[in-house]
Amino acid sequence: MDDNAKSIIKVENITIAYDDFVVLKDINFEVKQGEIFVILGGSGCGKSTLLKSMISLIKPVTGKVLIDGKDIVTAQGNELRDILSGIGVMYQNSALFGSMNIIENICLVLEEFTNLPKDAMELIANMRLKVVGLEGAGYKMPSELSGGMKKRAAIARAMALDPKIIFLDEPGAGLDPITSAQLDELIRKLSRSLNITFVIVTHELDSIFAIADRVIMLDKETKSIIATGNPNELRDKSTNPWVKQFFNRQAVEK
Amino acid sequence: MEGRNLASINYNILDKSQQKLTIAGRLDMENISSLWPEIFKLIKKNKPKVLLLDASGVDYCDGAGIGLFLKLKEKQKENKGSLQIENLKPEFNQLMELFEPGQLSKPEQIPSFFKRVPEQIGKSLTISMREVYSQISFVGEVFVKFLYTLFHLGSLRWKDTFLIAEKSGANAVGITALLGFLIGVILAFQSAISMRKFGAEIYVADLVAIVLFRELGPLLTAFVLAARTGSAFAAEIGTMKINEEVDALTTMGLEPVRFLVIPRMLAAVVITPLLTMFNNLFGILGCILVMITMGFAPITLINEIQHATNLTDLFGGLAKTFVFGYLIAGIGCLCGLQTGKGASAVGDSATRAVVSSIIAIVVADGIFAVIYYFLGI
Ligand SMILES: Nc1ncnc2c1ncn2[C@@H]1O[C@H](COP(=O)(O)OP(=O)(O)O)[C@@H](O)[C@H]1O
Ligand SMILES: [Mg+2]
Repeated sequence: MDDNAKSIIKVENITIAYDDFVVLKDINFEVKQGEIFVILGGSGCGKSTLLKSMISLIKPVTGKVLIDGKDIVTAQGNELRDILSGIGVMYQNSALFGSMNIIENICLVLEEFTNLPKDAMELIANMRLKVVGLEGAGYKMPSELSGGMKKRAAIARAMALDPKIIFLDEPGAGLDPITSAQLDELIRKLSRSLNITFVIVTHELDSIFAIADRVIMLDKETKSIIATGNPNELRDKSTNPWVKQFFNRQAVEK
Repeated sequence: MEGRNLASINYNILDKSQQKLTIAGRLDMENISSLWPEIFKLIKKNKPKVLLLDASGVDYCDGAGIGLFLKLKEKQKENKGSLQIENLKPEFNQLMELFEPGQLSKPEQIPSFFKRVPEQIGKSLTISMREVYSQISFVGEVFVKFLYTLFHLGSLRWKDTFLIAEKSGANAVGITALLGFLIGVILAFQSAISMRKFGAEIYVADLVAIVLFRELGPLLTAFVLAARTGSAFAAEIGTMKINEEVDALTTMGLEPVRFLVIPRMLAAVVITPLLTMFNNLFGILGCILVMITMGFAPITLINEIQHATNLTDLFGGLAKTFVFGYLIAGIGCLCGLQTGKGASAVGDSATRAVVSSIIAIVVADGIFAVIYYFLGI
C-alpha cells in the first residue's frame, strides 16, 4: 500500500442521529484505494452506525459519503444501484439468506446485475468459494455451516460482483481466536492479491495489529474521532490517554 | 442496647437548628433495613436544619451503611438543610468515596400537569402521524411496484411466489375446508330450529348459502389467513430483519419490497379467493348433509340453493377477498419490516400483524357492505 494512493472513500462532515439522539458529530476521514481501514472504539460508540451510513442503510443528518467520487447519501434509483454494485458487505451475523444454499446466495446478486447463463453464474460462485476456502460447501444450507464458515461464505457473497470495496462489521465476533486469525489472513490475502479496499469495524486488538493499515478510533463522549493513523504508531506515540490505554492494556493482557 | 451484632441510634435535638443523630454498632444490610424507616421518620418529623451525624460508634459498615449516609445527605439537600458526618472511621470514609455516585442521573423532571399533557398529546400525535405517514408511503410504494409487476411478469420471482402460495394456500385447504364444513353444519342446525316453527325448513338452505357466499365465507377464510399466513409473513421478514438479511438485500441492490413483499402479496391475492371457494363449497356440503338427515332429497336442496343465490352473491363475496388478501399480506410484511430489536421483537410483530389485519379486514368488510348497499348488490 503506497502512501499516495488515491482516496476511494471520502466521508465529509457527517452527523448521524437516531431521532434526537446524536451518535456521531462532524466526522471526516478518507479511505485510500487498496488499504485495510479499521474503525474501532468501545461498544455503543457508533461504529456500526458509521458503517451503515457509508452503505446507505442510514441517512446522516448532514454531510456526504463519496464512494469513488459519487455521493451515496443522496444517490437514488439506478445511480444508487450502480454504487452498490461496486461494494460488498459482510454483516455481523453473516446475514446469509436462510432459505437458499450458499451457491444460490451468491448467484442472487449475479442474477440481478448480469445476464449470465446459469452455469456461468454457478462457476463464478464456485470460484468465489474457492478463494475463501469453502470449495465443496456450495450446496449446503447456511444453517449447516459453522460460524467461521458462514463468515467466509458471506465474504464470498460480498465478492460476487468483483467489488472494489468490502465492508465488514465485526468479522471476528463470535469466533474462536484461531478461526478469527484465519479470517484475518483471508482478508489480507484478498487485499494483497485483488487490491480490494477493506473497511472493517472491530475492537479486537490482535486483529487490528494483524491487518490494519490505518485505523480511526471513535469516542462515545465527544461523538468524534479521537485518533487516526497506523496502529503501531498510535500504540507507541499517541498522547491521548484513552488511546494509549486501549492499545497498551489489551496488548499486554494478550 | 449495645449488642455485638446490633446497631442502634440515638436522636437528640440540640437547639433550634442543630440536631444530632448518633449511630453505633454494625451497619450491614440486615441491621440497616430495620433502622432505615425509623431514622427517616425522625428526620421527617423534626426537619433539622443542620444534622450532625455522629458515627464514632460504628464498628462495621458496608455498602448498606454508606447507602444510608448518602440517602441522608440527599434528604437533607431536599429539605434545604445540611449533613455533617463526624468521626467516621477512615476505612469507612474510603468506602464512602468509592460508592459516592456523585450527581445521580435522575429521571427527567416531570413538568407540571398543564405543560405535560399538551406536550404528551403533541408527542404522541407526531409519532402516530409519522407511523401513518410510513404506512401510507409503504402502501403507495408497494402498490406502484405491485402494478409494475403485474405488467412486467418477468421481473417477478416466480419460484418464491409459488413456494409461498403453496405454503399459505395449498397447505391451508384442509383447515379452511374443515372450518367451512363445520360452519355449514352449525348454521344449518341453528337456523333449522327457528325455521321449523314456520314449517319453512327448506329455506335453511337459502339462508346458509347466502350468508356463506356473501359474508361468512370470505370473512372466515380471511381470518384463517391472517392467523396462519399474515403472522408467518411478519415473523419470516422480522427474523430476516433481525439477522440483517434485509439490510443485506438492500446493499446488494435488491429492494426488499420487490424481493420479499411483492411475491407474498401476489400469492395472497391469488389464494384468498381460491380458499374462499373451498370454504363456501364445504359449507354448502355441511348444510346439505344436515338437511338430508332432516329428510330432504339432495336434488331438492341443490335446486333450492340455485334459486336462492345468484352469481352476484358469489362474486360479490369473492371480490372482497382480493382486498382481504392484499391487506393481510401488506400488513404482515409491513409489520415484519418494522420489526425492532431484541428477543421479543419478532413475536410482537407477528401479534401486531394478526391484530391489525383482523381489524383491517372487518373495516374493509364494513366499507364493502355500504358500497354494495348503494350499488344494490
Ligand atoms: N436503531 C437504533 N435506534 C436508536 N438508537 C440506536 C439504534 N441503533 C443503535 N443505536 C444507538 O446508537 C449508539 C451506537 O450504536 P452502534 O453503532 O450499534 O454501536 P457500536 O457498533 O459501536 O457498538 C448506541 O448508543 C445505540 O444504543
Ligand atoms: Mg456494532
